[in-house]
Amino acid sequence: MMTLTRENLINLILAVMLLAVPFAANALGQPFYITLATRIAILALAATGLNLALGLGGLVSFGHAAFFGIGGYVAGILAAHAFSGDPLLFGLSGSKQMWVIWIAAVILSALVGLAIGAISLRTSGVYFIMITLAFAQMVYYFAISWPAYGGEDGLSILVRNQFPGVNTMRPLTFFLICYVVLLLGLGLFALIRASRFGTALQAARQNEVRVATVGIQPYRIRLTAFAISAAVTGLAGALFADLNRFVSPSMLSWHMSGELIVLIILGGTGRLFGPLAGAALYVIFEFALGGLTERWQFFLGLILLAVVLFARGGLLGLLAGKAKHG
Amino acid sequence: MTLALALEQLLNGLQLGVMLFLMAAGLTLIFGVMGLINLAHGSLYMVGAFACATVAAWTGSFWIGLIASLVAAAAAGAIVELVVIRRLYDRDHLDQVLATFALILIFSEGTRWLFGSFPLYLDIPPLLQGAVALPGGTEYPVYRLAIILAGAIVAFGLYLLISRTRLGMRIRAGESDREMIGALGVDIRTLYTVVFALGAALAGLAGAMVGALQSVQVGMGEPVLILAFVVIVIGGIGSIKGALLGALLVGVTDTMGRFLLPKILALFVAPAQAGMIGGAAASMLIYIVMAVILAVKPRGLFPAAHA
Repeated sequence: MMTLTRENLINLILAVMLLAVPFAANALGQPFYITLATRIAILALAATGLNLALGLGGLVSFGHAAFFGIGGYVAGILAAHAFSGDPLLFGLSGSKQMWVIWIAAVILSALVGLAIGAISLRTSGVYFIMITLAFAQMVYYFAISWPAYGGEDGLSILVRNQFPGVNTMRPLTFFLICYVVLLLGLGLFALIRASRFGTALQAARQNEVRVATVGIQPYRIRLTAFAISAAVTGLAGALFADLNRFVSPSMLSWHMSGELIVLIILGGTGRLFGPLAGAALYVIFEFALGGLTERWQFFLGLILLAVVLFARGGLLGLLAGKAKHG
Repeated sequence: MTLALALEQLLNGLQLGVMLFLMAAGLTLIFGVMGLINLAHGSLYMVGAFACATVAAWTGSFWIGLIASLVAAAAAGAIVELVVIRRLYDRDHLDQVLATFALILIFSEGTRWLFGSFPLYLDIPPLLQGAVALPGGTEYPVYRLAIILAGAIVAFGLYLLISRTRLGMRIRAGESDREMIGALGVDIRTLYTVVFALGAALAGLAGAMVGALQSVQVGMGEPVLILAFVVIVIGGIGSIKGALLGALLVGVTDTMGRFLLPKILALFVAPAQAGMIGGAAASMLIYIVMAVILAVKPRGLFPAAHA
């Protein structure tokens, strides 16, 4: 099934490189680069979630920061309750266990995704873009004006949450956890893309009327995809909060939503490893330009503009040629 | 006393609505005629505010600054249209979102580069300083009333422009069938540039007028931009009438919600909690209104014919 096409080879190289860098950095005693690689892995996972909706389904969600931030706040709030000992809701207590947090983040993001999707998917095109943006802003303003969990100042996670059997405070260990979760996320994307459901989703993107004609409701397919997409991005948000040991409304801001789209476009829309390629490129840009000039966002804007106007396939498009019809 | 306060809040809501209309009119015009979603509209608002603040500081006159804001925003709009936006008309919305998102980064960092990170301040012109008495005994700033009036004049002017002039006729024609008016010999590329510059000038005017109420700083356009999106989604993208009604609805709902919700809740729960829950609920109110409207009418209150 997996033939060694040029794209698969490049994907393999990307995956191996992302794994190799932290080990090398660890050996050289440069933990900063491990953090950088962890950041790449987490952003890639978040963008992989969005890629399900945007790449496969053609649903340009400009509000995925909502799910990213919800995941982050789940991690922060559960950890805060576990720390203080106050019960959360309905007598449930907080938790410092990553797997509990992940499950909560996935469920909550999926539910919010269902709610937002149920309304937004009634519209399409430019309406859909703006409505998803507006809903994300709603969550953002809620987080800012709700003082119980830090409001505008955000919420610190004093000690990184735990995973059974390992010490998550070791940068390399935490990277490996994120790396494995990223691979699982990519695996899910590949499975969905190859499944009957994924085929229907992509067909709905290409020709809605035909899909409806053969008896498949595009709305239900899209809503399901949107919720799964939200769940994956939410999971990434929980990891991101643990990486920074801090969560704030900035995770929910519309810049974050824009960034997630940018990651996909930089890498190559709808491609399995597009988000990883994009995230790597973005974080390296940010790091390299940020070292050269304080005004790195200015140059990032120019680069992004150039990519949109002149290099539409993104990095994988340049390296591996045009995407096959999926 | 409370009634007077409510009246004051209502006027504040109107003033916010008028500002939003200036932004939303440009956005909806640009979408209606060119089919383009322009995230960088908030940057043009910022350009207007910075131009006004800078020129007013040089010359000492707010009015020259106001003219400068129109000129600067229109010029910035025209340049951006010629260099970048023009290449995006045939692209899908995703490309438009990304390219204009990139423009925001460039505008924001560029402005920070030129003017530094500190906010600029713009004084209210002497003519419009002071306050007038409202029925009920409170006073209301003249400047805010002037903004409402200016917005009403611009809205009327825009109506005349679109329904009575040759340019307006072309804009309407462009909205209903772009290719046809091109085929009829109208120079459509110039028309696009003019429409974009017009929208930019409206945004710049809004920025300059608000600049005297708030500080002039990088990023000031973004919250307004997103509210303007809510406005045009509610009103129906491409409809100026929808933009006007949507803007007033959003402006008044948002302001009155922040004023009334905590008070209403205070009847049921403790004051501190009412403030907290009410504040949080009020900040989400317009989005809830939007969701309800879209659940009933997915294309907004006044859906444009083609979109």
